[in-house]
Amino acid sequence: MAARVGVVTFPGSLDDKDAARAVALSGAEPVALWHADADLKGVDAVVLPGGFSYGDYLRCGAIARFAPLMSELVPAARSGALPVLGICNGFQILCESHLLPGALTRNSSLRFVNRDQVLRVENTGTAWTGDYTGGQEVLVVLKSGEGSYVADEETLDDLEASGRVVVRYVGGNPNGSRRGIAGITNEHGNVVGLMPHPEHAVEALTGPSTDGLGFFTSVLGHLSAEAPAHA
Amino acid sequence: MSEVPGLDTVATAIDTPDTAQPYAELGMAKDEYERVREILGRRPTSAELAIYSVMWSEHCSYKSSKVHLRQFGEKAPASDALLVGMGENAGVVDVGDGHAVTFKIESHNHPSYVEPHQGAATGVGGIVRDILTMGARPVAVMDALRFGPADADDTKRVLPGVVSGISFYGNCLGLPNIGGEIGFGTGYIGNPLVNALCVGVMRHEDIKLAQAPGPGNKVVLFGSATGPDGIGGASVLASATFDDASHAKRPSVQVGDPFMEKLLIECSLELYGRDLVVGIQDLGAAGVSCATTELAAGGTGGMDIRLDRVPLRDPRLTPEEILMSESQERMMAIVEPAKMDEFLAVCDTWQILATEIGEVTDVTPEEAERGGRLVMTWHGETVVDMPPRTASDEGPVYERPYARPTSQDALQADDAAALARPSDDAELRGQLLRVLGAPGVGDPTWVTQQYDSYVRGDTVVSAPHDSGMIRVSDDSQRGVALATDGNGRFTRLDPYTGTQLAYAEAYRNVAATGARPLAVTNCLNFGSPEDPGVMWQFAEATRGLADACQELGTPVTGGNVSFYNQTGDVAINPTPVIGVLGVIDDVRNRLRSGLRTDGATVFLLGETRAEFGGSAWADVVHGHLGGLPPRVDLAAEAALGEVLAAAADRGLADAAHDLSDGGLAVALAESALHGGRGVRVELKGDAFTALFSESGARAVVSVAPEHREAFLALAAEHGVPAAAIGTVGGDALALTHPAGALEVPLAELRTAYESALPALMDGV
Repeated sequence: MAARVGVVTFPGSLDDKDAARAVALSGAEPVALWHADADLKGVDAVVLPGGFSYGDYLRCGAIARFAPLMSELVPAARSGALPVLGICNGFQILCESHLLPGALTRNSSLRFVNRDQVLRVENTGTAWTGDYTGGQEVLVVLKSGEGSYVADEETLDDLEASGRVVVRYVGGNPNGSRRGIAGITNEHGNVVGLMPHPEHAVEALTGPSTDGLGFFTSVLGHLSAEAPAHA
Repeated sequence: MSEVPGLDTVATAIDTPDTAQPYAELGMAKDEYERVREILGRRPTSAELAIYSVMWSEHCSYKSSKVHLRQFGEKAPASDALLVGMGENAGVVDVGDGHAVTFKIESHNHPSYVEPHQGAATGVGGIVRDILTMGARPVAVMDALRFGPADADDTKRVLPGVVSGISFYGNCLGLPNIGGEIGFGTGYIGNPLVNALCVGVMRHEDIKLAQAPGPGNKVVLFGSATGPDGIGGASVLASATFDDASHAKRPSVQVGDPFMEKLLIECSLELYGRDLVVGIQDLGAAGVSCATTELAAGGTGGMDIRLDRVPLRDPRLTPEEILMSESQERMMAIVEPAKMDEFLAVCDTWQILATEIGEVTDVTPEEAERGGRLVMTWHGETVVDMPPRTASDEGPVYERPYARPTSQDALQADDAAALARPSDDAELRGQLLRVLGAPGVGDPTWVTQQYDSYVRGDTVVSAPHDSGMIRVSDDSQRGVALATDGNGRFTRLDPYTGTQLAYAEAYRNVAATGARPLAVTNCLNFGSPEDPGVMWQFAEATRGLADACQELGTPVTGGNVSFYNQTGDVAINPTPVIGVLGVIDDVRNRLRSGLRTDGATVFLLGETRAEFGGSAWADVVHGHLGGLPPRVDLAAEAALGEVLAAAADRGLADAAHDLSDGGLAVALAESALHGGRGVRVELKGDAFTALFSESGARAVVSVAPEHREAFLALAAEHGVPAAAIGTVGGDALALTHPAGALEVPLAELRTAYESALPALMDGV
């Protein structure tokens, strides 16, 4: 049976359709999850997609954190059991939920940036990056206005020391992120947040490459490896 | 007397026929006001005056342009593809497989000068609602922009604001921005042009129309609450020329909330999907006035509205202000009573405020004859009782006087052929780099990288290519391509020809992606219609477009007119922006501009004549505008389009790029830069003419050696001249010609091409 991967729609989610397409292309079954339902529908993993949940009012991701669905998602993710991938606004929501440390702030240019972006995969031990090789460079899409990753020096040192920087920008820092960090993971490796959009690099026709599909296939490998433990 | 202090009811109006009314302040002429009195058989209440003043404004009524716009219908070519023509919110075109697309371009010029960010943002919001109103899911946006000189101080205020507004609103809606154009010119200082285009996709059976049938059906207002923003905004602003006091109008620019609009889109699509509406209208310019009169006029003609039920952000608003408010993100639906509960439940899911404010009524035959009967009450007292059709459809129509300005002869006599040409290869090379790096010709990335082009995952082609292309749905390879073009310099030199050239360029841009042009939208940006010279430009431009569309079989499906783009007596160069939509059966066959195969032959299709009037070269190198624009040959455009589409279908070409601003010089440089490959070109004849002429109906196409013969045969079959001018390869644009040679490394080309806008906007 194909793995079931949930894609959450908050009011103002925009890349939910794209995330669902990427899930389907990876061979899994996409399951639509609604922000107002405290129900994960028994999915095996969850993607928090990009967009402007709640119009980015207050702060990006700050209101989505309180959605009924998050009350189910946060404990399952924190325990290490549920793989969760937060893309762009999803990353912001993961930070606001304190599933990941740090925060995302305005790009250093103070402008929205849409560009094809090379990333270096630095941690292949997470639930979402197992299909990449260490140091592999991948071409995906970056499109965000508040994508500058910030955290205090101690947290940044800790992330680096524990290998929790998952992807880093290559070829110049597009938004002023501290230490060029594009994505990070939690201590269990099940929760990954990144600012760039792997789900927009899954079809040669519409994306700059198909490099992004690896995030979605990786979690399937992770789930099948985990399956016996849950049996 | 009224129970509500100060309320101007119908009873009061009857009792006080001689009360002076501020029709002039509302932009109405005396005879227009007299006509309202005649229609009503009494003086209008102030609420009725508000309705007539906004509905009869230039912006809403097209009173100066109507007599000319009729040609688009009268000369419309027979087209099986047209499902809904002009007159609705937007035209609808059949693209095959049961899919239909609707598209339209609209101006938001004046508000974008007053407050660039919000003006441009709400321009996007407005056109997106027009598309949504047709029953379609909006799937992409584009924008055509014009600003004053790139180095002017005010351009540094207006341009970044406009771009950030489009970025903020469009990105937050989740609509990919797939292209457009940007231009600069002296006349646009103080009169920037912000023309936003939206395209939507639906199934044939999902088409919705603005009508209110069925007495007893409910009138529901949903979306944002109504506030004091934009009172008189678009309608009054767009009908008045700016003067020094214009900054006092700042509060009348609407403020946009794209998050609300995103919810409104999803909510409306779910309402349509569940078949819960019988009629729908968005609230744009003229707000509730427009929606109620148009819905009523499109239905039984009868409607009762309780204005006091309109949810307000500011409880102090008067009936007149509610009627004129242009608060954004609002829609009006006609709903059967039995479906009201489900309608409200869907709105609740999307956290959308929905309020029943009235119902559709029956009218007597006498009332129908007069134009229907729209009644509005305010806390039980009648403040409006009027025939709605007289406001929505029977506004004044002006035959404005027009005359070719006497200065036109001198302008056309000032031939660009007499300008000094480069005397040697070094000068030719320098001019090539200057033209390539000119703002408006060079790389638009500073602008386009602020727009999301990827969201929805159906964007197949986007900036910086000739047009944008999207896949119409995930389960189909069918695509639509869109391009907008306008060239104010050509149109200034000859409005008829210039408009045809704009159309031809958009047609060619669509063809250069391999799509077949199908339908046309337009945004006609001109100065004051009260100036006979401007009106002549307008008459010529509309005639040119109607004739061209008739000849090439692409009907005009809708559009928009923006007058009063002028400062004092000086109008902008007339700038009709023409949008062309085309269809491609298989998006995998699309062509893009970048050269991608070393060893491929570069063909120049079409005929090059010595045509420099209004060219980018004359503008950039000499600051000159004079002479005649290039000749138009629509048959040649059609033949070129056939060759490009067939070459794409048959996989004969691996890149194609149309020739327009900057001629062959810019097309070759862009093709090389977009593909990251050099090209060696051998020019026969005069190198200057070959490089900088802007003759129409031309494109460069890259063809791999194995397809050379088939491609040549294809071109010959359609009678399109095809000259093999070069070979892809190397890391430079290398040109030889009978009198010499020149070479520009790609790195140097790239620096010239990419640095123009960043240098101006960021000082880097």
